[in-house]
Amino acid sequence: MKDSASKVLLNGLIKENPIFVLILGICPTLATTTSAINGMSMGLATLFVLFGSNVAVSMVKNFIPDKVRIPAYIVIIATFVSAVEMLIHAYYPVIYENLGIFIPLIVVNCIVLGRAEAFAAKNSVFRSALDGLGMGLGFTFALTLLGIVRELLGTGKVFDSVIFPESYGALIFVLAPGAFIVLGYLIAIMNKFRRKTV
Amino acid sequence: MKKLKSNFINMVLVLSGITIFAAFTLVSVYSLTKESIGNSRQLKQNEAIQAVLPVHDHFDSIPIEMNNGVETTKVYKAYDKNNVLVGAAVESSSNNGYKGHIDIIVGFNKDGVIVNYSVLDQHETLGLGSRMVDWFKTSKAKQDIRGKNASTANLNVSKDGGEIDAITAATITSRAFLFAVRNAYFEFKSNIIDPESETIIKADTIQAKENDSTSTLNKIEMKGPNK
Repeated sequence: MKDSASKVLLNGLIKENPIFVLILGICPTLATTTSAINGMSMGLATLFVLFGSNVAVSMVKNFIPDKVRIPAYIVIIATFVSAVEMLIHAYYPVIYENLGIFIPLIVVNCIVLGRAEAFAAKNSVFRSALDGLGMGLGFTFALTLLGIVRELLGTGKVFDSVIFPESYGALIFVLAPGAFIVLGYLIAIMNKFRRKTV
Repeated sequence: MKKLKSNFINMVLVLSGITIFAAFTLVSVYSLTKESIGNSRQLKQNEAIQAVLPVHDHFDSIPIEMNNGVETTKVYKAYDKNNVLVGAAVESSSNNGYKGHIDIIVGFNKDGVIVNYSVLDQHETLGLGSRMVDWFKTSKAKQDIRGKNASTANLNVSKDGGEIDAITAATITSRAFLFAVRNAYFEFKSNIIDPESETIIKADTIQAKENDSTSTLNKIEMKGPNK
């Protein structure tokens, strides 16, 4: 009944992509994807936390009494998030400034706790690591894609290199409404694509 | 292995164990990154000062600090090889950004012409207000504040009758930014231009000009420099 290792990894990327399919963690998704680089760095920070917390939770799962498992998981996740925050602040100050409040908010990102509870608490360390990696990559992929589309439509640039002049860009795509519009269309496209392959 | 039972002692022990472990992890990461974080802040500050000053040989590492009760302003004077003053970098701030505090540093040459600026700290909306980092040094006629003489130019957004185009969809940020620039120039003037007798007449006209532009200021920006 158990899925193979590669299936666990790919699961998060396409079949159960946290953004396009599970639609989890939408708040930081909409807020940080104003440009491709911001989306990608947010995705990578979350990837690190997901991977770390999945591994840690699956390692200690048998020592944690059921009644206190949620606070225990939250403490583990918060530790990873704070560590990531300090590391980014120290070595990538520009990214730290751009992401601002959204790095500490990874603690309450429901994908992270969701995977700890739904997967890592029931599976081996190796499989949890793969799941964290897959989900994290899926999240990063979604955020980067969203960031690319919004940055391109909004400012005519992708990763800060000019594709078309900024004056043709529609500013709304950089603003909040554009985030919803782009996300909606991307989910629709992804659904079409998934239906064909399944 | 069987799960631990959810009795009181187990729960207390496990939770304390996890939090103590977390605390130790965080302390070690903190001590690992502390120096780097401090360095990058200091480095950023120095780089910003270097970048905004006109061609110079050295600058005062200890600034003249001014506090008008609301904002603290720091003036770093810069000199050429013969210790002649060439200009100054002024660190100035505004609390009226869209998301609070904005900290910038503006470089002036000795005539009060803006050489360059750099944003030290801001929390403005990503992709909108945050574009002030390079918006006001983009070479578009009404956007660029570089090369403008702060004594004659009306450094307000066009909406308020000034000659600077606000950042698209971020007028509040632009107002706060330009307020900080004017504030910087005010401190620059009172520290660099005024003490020299030959510029007194010029300074008077500047004063008049400044009063003019202050009266057109938006209400949110009433925290002007003390006069």
